[in-house]
Amino acid sequence: MLGGLYALFAMGLALMFGVMRLVNIAHGDCIVLAAFVAIGLALALPGAGPALLLAMVLPLMFAAGYVLQRGVLNRTLGKDILPPLLVTFGFSVILQNVLLEIFSADPRSLSAGGLESLSFALPGGIAVGWLPLVTFVAALALALALELLFARTRLGRAFRATSDDPEAAQLQGIDHRHVYALATALAFAVITVAGIFLALRTTVAPSDGPAYLLYAFEAVIIGGLGSFWGTLAGGLVLGVAQAIGFRLDPGWGILVGHLAFLVMLMLRPQGLFPRTRD
Amino acid sequence: MSALLEARGLTAFYGDFQALFGIDFAVEPGEAVAIIGANGAGKSTFLKALTGLLPAAPECVRFEGAPIGGLRPAEIVRRGIAMVPEGRRLFPSLSVEENLMIGAHAGRAGPWSLRRVYELFPALEPLRAHPGNAISGGQQQMAAIGRALLANPRVLICDEISLGLAPLVVNAIYNSFPVMLREGLTLVVVEQDVGIAQRATHRLYCFQEGRVALQGQSGALTRDSISKAYFGT
Repeated sequence: MLGGLYALFAMGLALMFGVMRLVNIAHGDCIVLAAFVAIGLALALPGAGPALLLAMVLPLMFAAGYVLQRGVLNRTLGKDILPPLLVTFGFSVILQNVLLEIFSADPRSLSAGGLESLSFALPGGIAVGWLPLVTFVAALALALALELLFARTRLGRAFRATSDDPEAAQLQGIDHRHVYALATALAFAVITVAGIFLALRTTVAPSDGPAYLLYAFEAVIIGGLGSFWGTLAGGLVLGVAQAIGFRLDPGWGILVGHLAFLVMLMLRPQGLFPRTRD
Repeated sequence: MSALLEARGLTAFYGDFQALFGIDFAVEPGEAVAIIGANGAGKSTFLKALTGLLPAAPECVRFEGAPIGGLRPAEIVRRGIAMVPEGRRLFPSLSVEENLMIGAHAGRAGPWSLRRVYELFPALEPLRAHPGNAISGGQQQMAAIGRALLANPRVLICDEISLGLAPLVVNAIYNSFPVMLREGLTLVVVEQDVGIAQRATHRLYCFQEGRVALQGQSGALTRDSISKAYFGT
């Protein structure tokens, strides 16, 4: 069920790109950051479970995302696609080095008191791990929540309208700077969930970010732009592809994932479930 | 000092290019005022300056007595000026009904609601679930006007609403104006069609190369004087 984790990775990226056409090159590093903030808090508060850690880190990351967008990234948005890429790339480098300074290069992880290795048996002799299942359910719930947010709420309408035509959106009384900042804040909240599930599942090191950006990006493209269900599907497809690859040969796991991505680009570049706009 | 919305000596620039050279303009509560002029005369530029899409000196635009020049568009909408932009600019990712609802984003109270907009433009109701751009030009124009009405503005600005529409459709849309005026709205319309502009409004301004070339009572201005002002002869 690696797919659930990849879907979580991808959703924050899809959110920022969907609302602002902004590709956050530091996306993977932000997931790692969230994981390390949780790990740091866990070191300071031994006995704090992952749910409590999530509750503590979420508001911090939400606020950080809002401030980052409002203070820095809003200034990079315009006709040129380069400034946001350059700024977030720089941010990625800074993040990795700051984490390296604080935590050193040792990989660390979070503990859920044994939950992460528990499994239960399904009929037919299949054992399902608790953590992968919870991860998948979280990804499902988040996809549902984001779809409902975008489709049914005033904020979601503002997101869609601002994404279509920021100038016309301003003419309706929408403060686009605030809307963009909320989108990034929300993306950072999703990133936090992804980061904590990541740290529960495996060890995290400061330099792991770029690989996760790649998986997130592939999942978004495979799934298709414009729909969070698509992003969920893309994450699952990528996860399954990698799992198949790992089965064939431990060294091939990641490669098969990349191959699946390339095949998708060749056969159906718009992804599995694109929602065409304009 | 009683004008609801006025511009005094308004200048506007696109970078180094000066588009407006000191526009004086005023509209009283309950009036319908037209702005006509050739392409490039500065009409849309003027509207952009009024609605905050272009920078303006604070004192050069006054609304309800307060300076609003240079304020952000969202703030100007909140204060009570809404615009139907040129080309409609409905949101494709939103349905017709969602497009109308987003007009109310600023949350101003007033007589306009979704129900009242459907009463004014009955053709829209069966289309409510269609994507904003999957309807005809005339329907889009009605939806764009409805969207602006839902902001419950005091002043509604319409930028070239007859563009690209059949005369029958344009007439039907302009027939909604008396209803709006009865609800206490004040209207500013930029129009290419001089005849409609004269028939639908109380007063009229003619712009020419970034200046007001002529103004007066819509019914009293002669074709000849308008022609001279329009083309700058």
